[in-house]
Amino acid sequence: MNPAVLIASVYVFALAAFLGYQVISRVPPLLHTPLMSATNAISGISLIGSLVLAGAMPHEAKAQLPAHILGFVAVTTATVNVVGGFGITDRMLKMFGKRKADTKAVTK
Amino acid sequence: MTLTSYFMEATYLVASILFILSLKMMSHPETARRGMFLAEGGMFAAIIGTLVGAHIVTWVWIIAGLALGSIIGAWMAITVPMTAMPQRTALSHAFGALAAALVGVGEFLTHASEMTVVTRGALGFEVMLGALTTTGSLIAAGKLQGIIAGKPVQFRGQNVINLLIGLSMVSSFVIFWMHPEAVVFFYTMLGLAFVFGIMLVIPIGSADMPVVMSLLNSYAGLAAAATGFVLQNNVLIIAGTLDGFSGFILSVLMCKAMNRSITNVLFGGFGAVIAEASAANSGGVMREISLDDAAMQLAFANRVVFVPGYGLATAQAQHACRELGELLEARGVTVKYAIHPVAGRMPGHMNVLLAEANVPYSSLYEMEQINPEFPSTDVAVVIGANDVVNPDARDNPKSLIAGMPILEVDRAKSVIVLKRGQGRGFSGLENPLFFKSCTTMLYGDAKSSLSHLAQAVQHV
Repeated sequence: MNPAVLIASVYVFALAAFLGYQVISRVPPLLHTPLMSATNAISGISLIGSLVLAGAMPHEAKAQLPAHILGFVAVTTATVNVVGGFGITDRMLKMFGKRKADTKAVTK
Repeated sequence: MTLTSYFMEATYLVASILFILSLKMMSHPETARRGMFLAEGGMFAAIIGTLVGAHIVTWVWIIAGLALGSIIGAWMAITVPMTAMPQRTALSHAFGALAAALVGVGEFLTHASEMTVVTRGALGFEVMLGALTTTGSLIAAGKLQGIIAGKPVQFRGQNVINLLIGLSMVSSFVIFWMHPEAVVFFYTMLGLAFVFGIMLVIPIGSADMPVVMSLLNSYAGLAAAATGFVLQNNVLIIAGTLDGFSGFILSVLMCKAMNRSITNVLFGGFGAVIAEASAANSGGVMREISLDDAAMQLAFANRVVFVPGYGLATAQAQHACRELGELLEARGVTVKYAIHPVAGRMPGHMNVLLAEANVPYSSLYEMEQINPEFPSTDVAVVIGANDVVNPDARDNPKSLIAGMPILEVDRAKSVIVLKRGQGRGFSGLENPLFFKSCTTMLYGDAKSSLSHLAQAVQHV
């Protein structure tokens, strides 16, 4: 990694941290559980690193099989997080959303 | 760069923007769900972009992993009950961290020779955090599921042993960092990190789980961000950092809600030593109330506040609670729900349970909002909550939980406490609330108590 790339990466990291702080501190406690499961699903983006490990040709050919097997396990666990995480978050948020309609029905 | 690589980078940029937007839309329950669709779209785009642009040569492992992961993930998404949400979340922290750790090991296997010092540093950080979060989260999930005893596991010299393990782990990291040819230290670090994760979580009691969950969330995110540094991939850095910071913010909030520092939660072993606290027993009597009397009290009240705690989750009493609340509202009683930030086992646990039972979120009140209303509340119904309503936290500076902000139910005109038995609850602290003259106790399983109360209210 050359210094320019490192500096760019640190910039991205710092800006993401700043933005994350700004955005996430506005999430009400009401939604903290969905927030945790949503950020979890989003960090399942490490799936893209796993995909490369599982499918690309490594520089050192003798490491190919172990790399692919490790990649396979990583793809599996990351996919569980992405699919399961988004699925469960949606299930929870659906409950928070539908109650609006219900209360309207009750108050009528 | 080839055209497909540009395409891949473009999808990563789109994904980053969509992720941030989706978290922004999390700030309101009305928009949160649409926001998640954006995040899902971003994720899909990034996956397609990677498959197109990353020079994939072998597809079999990828397809097998995607298929297996999707099946397990979908099965979890559909079948896990809301009461098991803390376990599920802990498990997903473990999965996310494991993926990051494995990618790190894979990078080490394939690219170790050409790594610079900086990349190796990030790699060590990624593998260490990933590995310790994996085992730590598994222990947390085991405790929450009840496979492992929830009580803190402590022994003499524990902190010293943990310190030694932690130090050896960090030294292995440093050696590997300085001398890349010393492969054995990389694997020593990996192994020690797995052990360290276990040691870090076993001394922590179930009541402190909200903090631990948030911390593990933060670690899992930071491990993903470190992966981004290793692979020089910005979307990984951004998504990982968002996750890491979200977890960090939640841990700080949870600690504030318990008036404790993170170090105290991690190394304090709360709930293990209770001997001297019980000496302060106020010596009062707990007065029991009959179902009919309690129903009468509720039916003729003007304002009722329900205060749910972890007991509501264990008894799965959220639906029974909502039914009782609706019956009371039909009689003209104003019903509100008071939610303490650390009630339950993870941030927002009670909100999700009550949402599942169709309680409108406009009836859920945060601590700061509801506390001024207790003096004008006729009946406060405490359902399986204990420490979060313990007036000792406010009045007794010697109490173990002194200074922790509480829901001030003791200021209500009367209090009905639904409790399984006369025991002291998880933390083992005496709760003077139970001995107050305005407090009455209704013993039994919360779910059956609540549904019997609902029946009795109908007959009043």
